[in-house]
Amino acid sequence: MKAAVIVFPGSNRERDAVAALEAASGVRPFEVWHRDTELPEVDLIVVPGGFSYGDYLRSGAMAAHSPIMREVKARAERGVRVLGICNGFQIITEAGLLPGALRRNAALKFICKHAPLRVENTDSPFTAKYAKGQVVRFPVAHHDGNFWVDPDTVKRLEDNGQIAFRYVTPEGEASEAGNLNGSVANIAGIFNEKRTVLGLMPHPEDAVEALHGNTDGRALFDGLVEALS
Amino acid sequence: MTKASVSENEVQVTAEIAAEHGLTPEEYGNLLSILGRAPTMTELGIVSVMWSEHCSYKSSKFWLSKLPTTGPQVICGPGENAGVVDFGDGDAIIFKMESHNHPSYIEPYQGAATGVGGILRDVFTMGARPIANLNALRFGSPDHPKTRHLVAGVVAGIGGYGNCVGVPTVAGETNFHPAYNGNILVNAMTVGVAKADRIFYSAAAGVGNPVVYVGSKTGRDGIHGATMASAEFSEDSEEKRPTVQVGDPFTEKLLIEACLELMETDTIVAIQDMGAAGLTSSSVEMAGKGGLGIQLDLDDVPMRETGMTPYEIMLSESQERMLIILKPGSEDQARAIFDKWELDFAVIGHLTDSGKLVVTMHGRTWAELPIAPISNASPLYERPWEPTPARAELPADLLAGWNQPLGKTLETLLSCPDLASKRWLWEQYDSLVNGNTRFMSGQADAGVVRLPDQKKAVAVTTDCTPRYCLADPVRGGAQAVVEAWRNLTAVGALPLAITDNMNFGNPEKPRIMGQFVGAIQGMADACRALDFPVVSGNVSLYNETNGEAILPTPAIGAIGLLPDAMIATGLAFPAAGQTIMVVGETKGHLGQSLFLREILKSEDGPPPPVDLAVERRNGDFVRTLIREGIATACHDVSDGGLIVAIAEMAMASGIGATLPSLDDQPPALLFGEDQGRYVITVTPDKAADILMRAGEAGVPVAVLGTTGGNALVGGKGEIVTIAALKAANEGWLPGYMAAAE
Repeated sequence: MKAAVIVFPGSNRERDAVAALEAASGVRPFEVWHRDTELPEVDLIVVPGGFSYGDYLRSGAMAAHSPIMREVKARAERGVRVLGICNGFQIITEAGLLPGALRRNAALKFICKHAPLRVENTDSPFTAKYAKGQVVRFPVAHHDGNFWVDPDTVKRLEDNGQIAFRYVTPEGEASEAGNLNGSVANIAGIFNEKRTVLGLMPHPEDAVEALHGNTDGRALFDGLVEALS
Repeated sequence: MTKASVSENEVQVTAEIAAEHGLTPEEYGNLLSILGRAPTMTELGIVSVMWSEHCSYKSSKFWLSKLPTTGPQVICGPGENAGVVDFGDGDAIIFKMESHNHPSYIEPYQGAATGVGGILRDVFTMGARPIANLNALRFGSPDHPKTRHLVAGVVAGIGGYGNCVGVPTVAGETNFHPAYNGNILVNAMTVGVAKADRIFYSAAAGVGNPVVYVGSKTGRDGIHGATMASAEFSEDSEEKRPTVQVGDPFTEKLLIEACLELMETDTIVAIQDMGAAGLTSSSVEMAGKGGLGIQLDLDDVPMRETGMTPYEIMLSESQERMLIILKPGSEDQARAIFDKWELDFAVIGHLTDSGKLVVTMHGRTWAELPIAPISNASPLYERPWEPTPARAELPADLLAGWNQPLGKTLETLLSCPDLASKRWLWEQYDSLVNGNTRFMSGQADAGVVRLPDQKKAVAVTTDCTPRYCLADPVRGGAQAVVEAWRNLTAVGALPLAITDNMNFGNPEKPRIMGQFVGAIQGMADACRALDFPVVSGNVSLYNETNGEAILPTPAIGAIGLLPDAMIATGLAFPAAGQTIMVVGETKGHLGQSLFLREILKSEDGPPPPVDLAVERRNGDFVRTLIREGIATACHDVSDGGLIVAIAEMAMASGIGATLPSLDDQPPALLFGEDQGRYVITVTPDKAADILMRAGEAGVPVAVLGTTGGNALVGGKGEIVTIAALKAANEGWLPGYMAAAE
């Protein structure tokens, strides 16, 4: 699997993504600067976490207009898989690859912890190696992770199987108690309609080896390698 | 320079104006005789910050020189932007801790945020990629009306800055005491990694070489911040808000990446960040260290406001700026890197052989100061001091008739502000970014961060027990160092070196100066005995409001080496059925203990004695057990004593323990804060062997019990459930912060 990681001014988890991709695929991904206008031929594009442009206007809003994003959108339309993590989720949402918006966490504070998530749909290369309904723990580290779409869109996402992960209690309940940041319908990550694009707030790339004390994220990368190699 | 050659549309400097700039009559007299004339306003501003306590260390320098600063592991000791330690295999660890106390009290979010930004720059300016942040925080009484607001602001500021720049915040400490009501302490520490043969220093060289300004534009923020940090607070401190700087972590992140990219080229002669006193201290220090002069043309300084005077430009403490001396002809190569990162890059002057700082703007000369005479004349005071009187021992019958239930006492203690879980804080810090964090706050006695693309890791901690330092500064100073050493040892690391952040009151008072002198003595003794030199540091004096001083707080930041990040111990019980042992002797010292303060409401007695030889012997024994893979968890015994250490290991794991003889012990043995102790767990088959080896090594080791269940259970039955302890321990801070003001 060949992958590219896009780097914006203020990205800060691009190294984490590179390390997780390289560990899973054995191939070091390309790092592509946001001002570039061309992408190498790849099977996967990762838009990593961080604070692109300081999140000063609105998280992801500036980066969504970086030159490279035109090419990312073009590739996504051709079916190239795109994974947006944390700030990357915010960026691809702002860029229109996914519906919705990420607002400030309901508690108005940054949250960093290992959070329980439920895998909602395994019919994608991103989630194929999980079991439907499986409760996993991914680290979260964000201030603006409170996902919102209107009720009709929530229904559509549910009907189309576009909800990838939900925040849950340790027991797996998608209840208010399990809702980490106030997201609508406890949504932690969503697909596009064709399930070729995944955006999620949590960080599977920081849960891939023994040092992390949590390897629940590894299956996501292993699944991509299996499907795209 | 004759007076006529200086710009004349400035105010005439008088003795009164000099006094308003914090210069004593004697210091002003010195300046007049060096110059042979009255200074210009710009010159007075420059000299006043150079001679401020914050920049000159005039009260502390004499005593700081008593600290050991050398050792085979030291690559660069105090005097540079940060300390540099050999980390093996051609790697170096660069680290320092620095205070941002005064600004954080006035404007907690920006004060704390720029404290983080400043210490990051001190580390990456020497060529290191920052890999860990820590912070040591001291707040006033929770009952004080400002405390909640200050906690919220400081924590948000640390997170707002550290999270954005992508450096994990992995460890720290937070205390509360009424002595900090008017002066909180915010001490920030950064640890970075570099190649030992690619360290960058600040001494300028090469007459004619370009002086380059990079980073953010200069504004009017932070003017006279260094001077503010060199005076006591009074009722009008709120009016000092304009002297607090404003941070921009996004620009800092770009500056880190741009500087590290520039450092991979062969273009840099010297580099320094513009910290306290901004352009003044960076230019004077760089030229001064190189024995050169420097010519600055302020017309070329990137500015964010119009109409700034040379005085304002030279004293601005706008953040995220660096000064670089480039090799001649390399300007274009360097500029391309800063263009890529969308940062300002401007050649603002050059080095000269005049030995003078010359500042020009609008075609005029605004300052012409001989650097060496002014630096050398920087005041150095050996201030009068008096030793702190020894505290009387506690009465022998202190606990006669005391028969409170053990479980309830433990719950009370674990919910007191100093021992309560600080999860509410640390979950607002990104502790995981970069994917190299093995242990963060709450998981182990020290943060453990793996070096990028390597197996080995650096262990990091900050420590100080201010109540000990107040009661006996010598003992307290030594204890702060040994606790840092123990915390590194408890994860299995070999302690290498420390940075100190000396927070004290007004040094012009002999009683306060005596605290400083005593703490230095205790620290120096401990550093020598443990081969644990001081490689960097910072002094923050005048932490007083209306004459009330803080507790003496010599905060110690320390680093240690772990050859393998995966061979390290956390503090959580790893499983049920493990044998719990205590290493070190329990005598029952209750003076200055948290039990005494929180349960018996007394702050009496001397702090526990520190036996440096015993510390070393016990610590070396524990570290060996960890490195051999025998110890499965480890926690040093400190605040709250032995039973609190056990409870913390139980809470971290959710696993209880059976401790057959525990409930028969007198409280002093359970809650006493004797030093040199660790609680470890091992698999039961290893216990006998450990006891034998301990006997041979002369290390007191005792078996306490076995892990398992969901409660602490003594010989007489259940003492308390782990759930009850967790509720008490985890509940206090969130409850406090959520309460209506």
